[in-house]
Amino acid sequence: MHEMSLAGGILRVVEDAAAREHFTRVTRLSLEAGALAGVEVRALRFALEAMTPGTVLAGAQIEIDEPAGTAWCMACSRSVAIASRTDACPHCGRWQLTPTGGTELKVRELIVQES
Amino acid sequence: MCVVCGCSNPEGHAHGHGHTHDHTHGHAHDADLDFGANSARVSVPGMSAERAIRLEADVLGANDRVARANRAHFEAHGVVAYNLVSSPGSGKTTLLVATIEALRRAQPDLRLAVIEGDQQTHHDADRIRATGVPAIQVNTGKGCHLDAPMVAAAFERLPLHAHAHGPAHDDHHAHLLERGARSLLFIENVGNLVCPAMWDLGERAKVAILSVTEGEDKPLKYPDMFAAAKLMVLTKSDLLPHVDFDVAHCIAYARRVNPAIEVLLLSAKSGQGMDAWLDWLQGEVGEPAAAVVPASRDETAALKARIAELEARLAQVTSVQGAAT
Repeated sequence: MHEMSLAGGILRVVEDAAAREHFTRVTRLSLEAGALAGVEVRALRFALEAMTPGTVLAGAQIEIDEPAGTAWCMACSRSVAIASRTDACPHCGRWQLTPTGGTELKVRELIVQES
Repeated sequence: MCVVCGCSNPEGHAHGHGHTHDHTHGHAHDADLDFGANSARVSVPGMSAERAIRLEADVLGANDRVARANRAHFEAHGVVAYNLVSSPGSGKTTLLVATIEALRRAQPDLRLAVIEGDQQTHHDADRIRATGVPAIQVNTGKGCHLDAPMVAAAFERLPLHAHAHGPAHDDHHAHLLERGARSLLFIENVGNLVCPAMWDLGERAKVAILSVTEGEDKPLKYPDMFAAAKLMVLTKSDLLPHVDFDVAHCIAYARRVNPAIEVLLLSAKSGQGMDAWLDWLQGEVGEPAAAVVPASRDETAALKARIAELEARLAQVTSVQGAAT
C-alpha cells in the first residue's frame, strides 16, 4: 500500500526541515493532495496517524487540501475543471485533455513550536 | 523498503543517499534562559512561540532526486532504460524473454540487461538469466513498487555499469560515454497497475503492458498508469479469436486518459508484431552507422498489411468517437 511510503516521504520532509530550522514539535501540518495526484487521501491520513507517534509530528493537526483538477482541452482551446483523469471536457465532451493542475502531492507549510 | 521513510538503503557505494531513523527530540544545553531568543524576539506569558515554515516540498522529492541521478547515470553510460508496468500475469517476463531472443538475432551488438522487481522469489530473474542476459532481482518484500534507490542499487551490480568504469570508481568523477556504447536496460516493475505510476525510476519511458485476456477498459480503471506511459503494448494477440477483447475500444479508452499514447499489438508466442516492438525500442537507442539491413519483401508486405489494419481500426475508432459526441 503506497500511502505508507508517501507518509514516510512526508515525515522525511518534515524531519529534514526540523534539522534545518531547529524545531522539535509541529502543531500543524498543511498538505496539498490534488484530485489528480493519484493519492487516496483517507488512506494517507490513516498512514500518517499510524506513523507519527514518537516523531516530530506527534500530536500535530493534519490539514489536507484537495485542489480540484484542471486541464487544457486541446479541442476547444480552453482550461477546464475535471475531477478525474477519465473525465471528458465539460464543454465539448471530447477526450483531448492535458492535466494542468491538481496533480501535485506536497507539504505546503508547517506551524511549529519553538523548542 | 524502509517503512519509516519509504526508501531502500542501497548497498555498496552510496550516491549521497542519507538514511536515518533518529527520531529523538532536541536537547536543552544552555544554563541561561533567554526568552527573547525565539524568532519573534518576545516572550508572551502563557503562549509558547509558534512560527510558520513554508516548505512547498514535493513529497516524492527524495525519490525524484535519485531518479534524476539515475537518468544522468544511464545517459552517461549510453543506456536506454524502459520501465515495464502491468498487472500480474500480463506476460511481461515472457515478452522480455522473446524480446531478448529476437534482439540477439537482429542486433547482436546491443548489450542487454534486466532489473526484475517482485515481492518475493527470483523466478523471473532466473528466466532472464537462462537466456544469458544479466538480471538483478530486487525483492521488495511488502513493497508494491520499485523506487529509484532500488534501481540505483541494482544498476550498480550490472555489467552494463561496471564496463564503463576504470578500477578507481567514485561518484564524483565525470562519466565518459564509452565509444559506440549502446545498451538496453529493461526494468520489469512489480505487477501492479496502481502504485508504480507515481515512482520515477530514471527511465526513458514507461511501457504499460496489457494482455488481451484482461478487460479492454483497463485504461479507464487505472488511468494514472496509462497517463504516465508513453507506450501501451497489447500482448497475447494470438488469443484474440478466443476472447471478447475489442482492440479499437481499448485504444480509444487509453487515448482518453493519454491522447499521446502510442500503441502496439503483438504476440510473444507467435511473433506477430514483434518487429514493430523491436523498432520502437531501438528508436530511442539510435541506429549504428553501419549494418542497416533493408527489409525483406515478406517483412515489407507484413508491415503494409499491419498499416492497413491500423488505418481501418483508426477509421472505426474515429467514427465511434464521432458518434459519441
